[in-house]
Amino acid sequence: MKKSVFFGALAVAGAAATASAAATLDEVKSRGKLNCGVTTGVPGFAEPDANGEWQGFDVAVCRAVAAAVLGDSTAVEFVPTTGKTRFTALASGEIDMLARNTTWTFSRDVDLKFEFTGVNYYDGQGFMVPKDLGVSSAKDLDGATVCIQTGTTTELNLADFFRSNNISYEPVPIETGAEAVQQYIAGACDVYTTDASALAAQRANFESPDDHVLLPEIVSKEPLGPLVRHGDNEWADIVRWTLNALITAEELGVTSVNVEELAAGTENPEVNRLLGSEGDLGGMLGLEADWAKNAISVAGNYGEIFEKNIGASTPIGLARGLNAQWTNGGLIYSPPFR
Amino acid sequence: MSDTHAQSVAFVRETEIPPAPPPEAQSGAVRWMQQNLFSSVFNSILTVISFTFIAWLVINVYPWFANGIWQADSIRECRELLDGKTGACFAVLTERWNQLLFGFSYPVEGYWRPTTAFVLLLVSIAPVLARGRLPNAMFILTAIYPFLAYWLIWGGTIMTPVVALVGFVVGYMAYSRLVTRSFAMGAFGGTAAAIVTWYLGGFLVDAMPNFLALAEVPSRSMGGFMLNLILGTVCVSLSIPLGILLALGRQSNMPIVKGICVVFIEFIRGVPLITLLFVANVVLAYFLPPGTTFDLILRVIIMITMFSAAYIAEVVRGGLAALPRGQYEAADSLGLDYPQAMRLIILPQALKISIPGIVNVAVGLFKDTVLVSVISMFDTVGMIRGPIQQSTNWLGIYWELFGFAALLFFIVCYSISQYSQWLERQLQTDHR
Repeated sequence: MKKSVFFGALAVAGAAATASAAATLDEVKSRGKLNCGVTTGVPGFAEPDANGEWQGFDVAVCRAVAAAVLGDSTAVEFVPTTGKTRFTALASGEIDMLARNTTWTFSRDVDLKFEFTGVNYYDGQGFMVPKDLGVSSAKDLDGATVCIQTGTTTELNLADFFRSNNISYEPVPIETGAEAVQQYIAGACDVYTTDASALAAQRANFESPDDHVLLPEIVSKEPLGPLVRHGDNEWADIVRWTLNALITAEELGVTSVNVEELAAGTENPEVNRLLGSEGDLGGMLGLEADWAKNAISVAGNYGEIFEKNIGASTPIGLARGLNAQWTNGGLIYSPPFR
Repeated sequence: MSDTHAQSVAFVRETEIPPAPPPEAQSGAVRWMQQNLFSSVFNSILTVISFTFIAWLVINVYPWFANGIWQADSIRECRELLDGKTGACFAVLTERWNQLLFGFSYPVEGYWRPTTAFVLLLVSIAPVLARGRLPNAMFILTAIYPFLAYWLIWGGTIMTPVVALVGFVVGYMAYSRLVTRSFAMGAFGGTAAAIVTWYLGGFLVDAMPNFLALAEVPSRSMGGFMLNLILGTVCVSLSIPLGILLALGRQSNMPIVKGICVVFIEFIRGVPLITLLFVANVVLAYFLPPGTTFDLILRVIIMITMFSAAYIAEVVRGGLAALPRGQYEAADSLGLDYPQAMRLIILPQALKISIPGIVNVAVGLFKDTVLVSVISMFDTVGMIRGPIQQSTNWLGIYWELFGFAALLFFIVCYSISQYSQWLERQLQTDHR
C-alpha cells in the first residue's frame, strides 16, 4: 500500500517534469546544445576514441539531429547512460533524446511513456559456438550451458526459444558483454548469446575468430532506434524525420559528396523537397529550410554512416542484411517526403 | 731458581685469538634457511611447494610482460605482432593512459591543472600529516588549498573561490569576536557574516567573469583516476570532522541531538552505498524541477560523505568509549567546560585510539569510489568497463587494464596504511 503511494508520488513528479519539459525544441535552441543520451560504450555504435570524441552509428544520429536543429553537428552534449539509468535520464528531462541501441518494445513505448521515432538498426538475438562443438543449428543445443547478460531482453528471449523448442539449457548469467566474452573464451559456457551485431563485433577481436561460428537462427526481433519522451510531438517529429531524411537520402542517392551540388536544385522534385530547394518542409518542423541538408552533410546518408561505423570494411564487418534499403530487400524504409 | 717454573709452563699466549667465523652450519644463509625454511619436515614441504608455485608464476607471467606490445593501434594489431606468442597488449595503456587518469573528456591542454592540483595536495597536506615537523606557515597553504584546487580543476574565474574563501575568513572573524560572549552568538553571527559576504561577492564574480580565468571544465568531464582522487580526498576530509561531531552527538545528553545522530548513523549504515548513489543520480532528478543542474559530482560527494561519516562516527565512538571514566571526571574537576574538555583532554586520546579504524574506513572509502562507475560516471573502472573495453579496437583486453587500475589503487592505499602506522608510532606515549 505504502509502496504504491510512493510510486504514485514518483509518477506525479515524473509527469510534472514531462509536462513542463514540453517545447523541447525551444529549450534545445536556447541552450545551443542537444543533450543526447548514448551508451557508455558499444563497439561501432557509440564509443569515444583516443581523443575523447564520440564515434559510432548511434552517435551519428545524435549529430544529425544537432545539425538539423542547430546547424552544428558538434553542438551535442553526449550523456553516457547505462542500461539502468537510461530511461530515468530521459524521463527526468536530463537528456532530450536517447540514441542508445534500445529495443522498441510494447511496454517501453506504452507503459514507460516514451516515443520511439523509428528504427535505425534491425537486430536480432543470435548464438555463437566454438566450431569444434560441431553444432550447426541452435536446435541442437539441448543441455548446453549458455552465457547471457543479465537484466536484458536476451535473457527472456533465450528462455522463450528453448521452451518453445522443448529443449533444456543451463544459463550462466554475466553482467557485461566484455565479461561474458571472457567467460565464453575461458570455456565457462558452450554458447554465448546476445544481439547478432554485438556477437560480430566481439568475435572480430577474438584471438582466433575462425574457430567460432554464428548459428543461423535469429531468435528475436530487436528493432533498435532513437526515442524521446511522450508529450512533445513536435520534437518527436524532428527526431523521426531527421532519421527518415538520412534513409531517404540513401534511397535517392544523396551522399555527403554530392549533397551541396544537389541542394542547388535538381530534376527530381523529392530531392528538392528533401534538401529544401522546393516546398517548405523545414518550416513545418520549425527548422531552417536546409535542415536535412545539414543533417546529411555531417556524415552522409544512412548507408554511408552504416559503412563507416559497422559496415563490411570495418573490423566489425556487419553485412547490411535486414538493414538494407527496402529496394534491396531490406527493411529500411522511410515514408515519403511530401 | 726463579726460572724453575719456566719449564713447567709449556705455552703462554701473549695475544688474543683472532675472532673466527662461526661454523658454516651455524651462520649466514645456511643457518637462516635451516631456521626459517627447513626447520621441520612439514615446513620443508611447505617451502618446496611455495617455491614451486612462485617459480611457476614467474615462468608463466614473465613472458607475458617481456613480450608485451607497447605500440599498436588495436588488439588485432597486437595479436599480429605477437604472432601466436603469449604477451600482453600494453598498447592500450600507451594509447589510453590519459583517459584512465583524467577521463575521456577532460581537455588535453588542461592536463597540467589536475596534475598541479595533485602535487599541491601532497605539499599542503604535509603539515597536517606531519605536525610539528614542518613550519607552521605551511598551514596557510593547507587552508587555501581547497579553493585553489577547485579553481585549478574546474576552472572559471579565480574570483569564485576567492569570494568563497573571503566568506569563510569574514565568518571566522565574526565568530571569534562574538564567541567570547556566547558560543551560540558566535556561531550564528559567523554564519550570517559569511552569507552576507558570499551574497555581495556574487555580484563581484558576475562583474568580472574573466578575471584570471581558466577554461571552465564541467563536472561531467571529470573522470579517470582523477575522479577517484577527488571523491576520495574530499569525502575523507569532510567526513572525519562530520563523523567526530556525530560521535559526540550520539553521546550527548540532549535527547533531540542524540536522537538525530542515532537515526542518521543507523539509517546510513543500514543502507548500501550503491543505493545512496542511485538516489543521488536517479531519484533526485525526479524531485528537482527540470532544468535544474544540481552538479552530479556534488550530489555524489554528499552521499559518500554521509556514508563514511556514519562509519567514522562509530569508530570514534569506540575511541570515546575506550577512555576510562576518570578522564572525563578529571576534565570536569579542572573546571573545563564541554568544548574545552573535549578539545584538550578527551578527543586527543580518543582519536589516537581510533586512528587504525579511521584509516581503515578511509582506505575502504577510497576504494568504494569506483562504485560511481555504476551510475555512469567514468572513474578508472568506469573508463575501463565502458569506453575502453567496449571500443572496436580494444574489445577483449582485460588483464592489462585492470592490472593498471589495481596498481594505481595499490600505490595510494599502501601509502595511506604505511602513513597510519608511522603516525601511531609517533603518537605512542605509553611504555610498551
